Amino acid sequence: MAGYILKNSIRMFLLIIAVSIAAFLLMTYSPIDPLQTNVGQTALGIMSQEQIEKLETYWGSTLPPLTRYIQWAKDFFSGDMGISLLYRQPVSDIISQRLSNSIWILSAAWILSGVFGIILGMLAGIKEGTLLDHIIKSTAILFSSTPIFWFALLMLMLFSVWLKWFPIGLSVPIGVTAENVTITDRIYHGILPSFVLSIAAMPNIILHTREKMITVLESDYVLFAKAMGKSNQQIFIQHGMRNVLLPAITLQCASISEIFGGSILAEQVFSYPGLGQMAVTAGLGGDMPLLMAIVVITACFVCAGNLLADVLHHIIDPRMRFGKGNKI
Amino acid sequence: MKKRMLYIVLFLILIMIIGYFCNEGAVDTDFAHKNIGPSFYYPFGTDWMGRNLFFRTLRGLSISLFIGIIASSISAFIALFIGMTAVFGGKKADAIVTWMIDFMMGLPHLLLLIVLSMAVGRELKGVILSIALTHWTSFARLIRSELFQLKEKNYIKIAEKLGKGKVYIFQKHMLVHLLPQFIVGWVLLFPHAILHESSMTFLGFGLSSEQPAIGILLSESMQYLVTGRWWPAVFPGLFLVIIVLLLYCLGKDLQKYISQK
Repeated sequence: MAGYILKNSIRMFLLIIAVSIAAFLLMTYSPIDPLQTNVGQTALGIMSQEQIEKLETYWGSTLPPLTRYIQWAKDFFSGDMGISLLYRQPVSDIISQRLSNSIWILSAAWILSGVFGIILGMLAGIKEGTLLDHIIKSTAILFSSTPIFWFALLMLMLFSVWLKWFPIGLSVPIGVTAENVTITDRIYHGILPSFVLSIAAMPNIILHTREKMITVLESDYVLFAKAMGKSNQQIFIQHGMRNVLLPAITLQCASISEIFGGSILAEQVFSYPGLGQMAVTAGLGGDMPLLMAIVVITACFVCAGNLLADVLHHIIDPRMRFGKGNKI
Repeated sequence: MKKRMLYIVLFLILIMIIGYFCNEGAVDTDFAHKNIGPSFYYPFGTDWMGRNLFFRTLRGLSISLFIGIIASSISAFIALFIGMTAVFGGKKADAIVTWMIDFMMGLPHLLLLIVLSMAVGRELKGVILSIALTHWTSFARLIRSELFQLKEKNYIKIAEKLGKGKVYIFQKHMLVHLLPQFIVGWVLLFPHAILHESSMTFLGFGLSSEQPAIGILLSESMQYLVTGRWWPAVFPGLFLVIIVLLLYCLGKDLQKYISQK
């Protein structure tokens, strides 16, 4: 077991390094000139050659890419993530602040979508073919076809502009110093974004759980259990729930990636100062150190989620431990 | 079901053609009629420059469909190629492919698109490329497992024993099973491609603001949300959802139709 975890951890670690190399190279070969985007064409025109050169070294477009990657990686692992080009602050400061904003809504969305998604999926699966199943299934399909940002826009319009229940943006009230921000303020500002995120993440888990539940209930062992005279409730607890819960939890661990992706859109709409919004700003402005840090941190979360899914699967499901042949 | 699929395809083609001819109406400004709510002459209202949102939405949908077709087609063929490499290229190739898929999934899709768009640029070409290059992963996985299962089938093994060549077996026995799956997967890539295109454009990594893409319409609408103008936000998004749903239904119908056969 420990060997399995170790092996997978190393694999994930290598994967993160590979992701960081790829991201670094992609950004290095970007045709978007950071000087042009951030300094502006007109400003560049009136600058002297020396000034331009100085700026070029500041935005780092003179050294060969490999040297720069190694330099970057060395600094990164010693805890120095560099200085953000746009904000002129250490990246680690920005990241830790943004991440602490984001982590609230991300984990709320993750837990909510998991709990309600699994419950609704099971319910739909048990009641297959009924009106309830139909409603749950169609709603899930409808939401999986809805762009998150549009749904976020509608919610913003409905709850913030018309009903005025929730604030229009930001993670804390305006004009309040950091010490005076209460936990209620944080929750109040985070409700809409996390609601939107959890709704957006739910269809996937609902549809998967429903599908799985139907297969389980159609299986021979459930038929046998029925023949033995077990009640529906007993069948559900002894067979249905057990078999469905496992893949559902695994899926939910793997869905961290999707929630992170969705948070980029949701935070942008709600102008919530989190990691996702930062990714957009860094991407549009060509702020490489910042975007690199976001990429690596996000990759860590995603890989940790995948690792957790693998390990959980391994621990809970004995078939994974003993049957080695059927991995495909 | 056959009829429904036909209607969906016809409807989508119609939207594409109408949208193509809506270009002029979509960019025409008319400051005498700005910010009008939905009415008989302006079914979806007008925006802050007096542009007809009905035409803009249609044009945007046609752009989305166009990008969706090209990007998902490229992606589908990449997936096919990679899936086949994994199955027929030996153990090493399979390991590389599996690793590559894991690698691509190591980042959230949207973040990957953001990073990729920095390298391939923005605008039409950049959007198509970055979507095409990122959507093949789960589809390639599907093709891979499908082919592996086929390879284990008895009749394929018998054909091998009879001394038939790899190419012959692939053409005669595997393609028949793979092709329908491929087409379904291809169609089901569409809605994803379209959703990601609009998300990218909405965030500013996609088409430029002169293009009446759905993402642009929606990001423009955000500025007027506070003033209570709901129509620029509601209609383009609603129609995007309808198009995506139709594509999803088309894919699912096709899947059912093929499995019935």
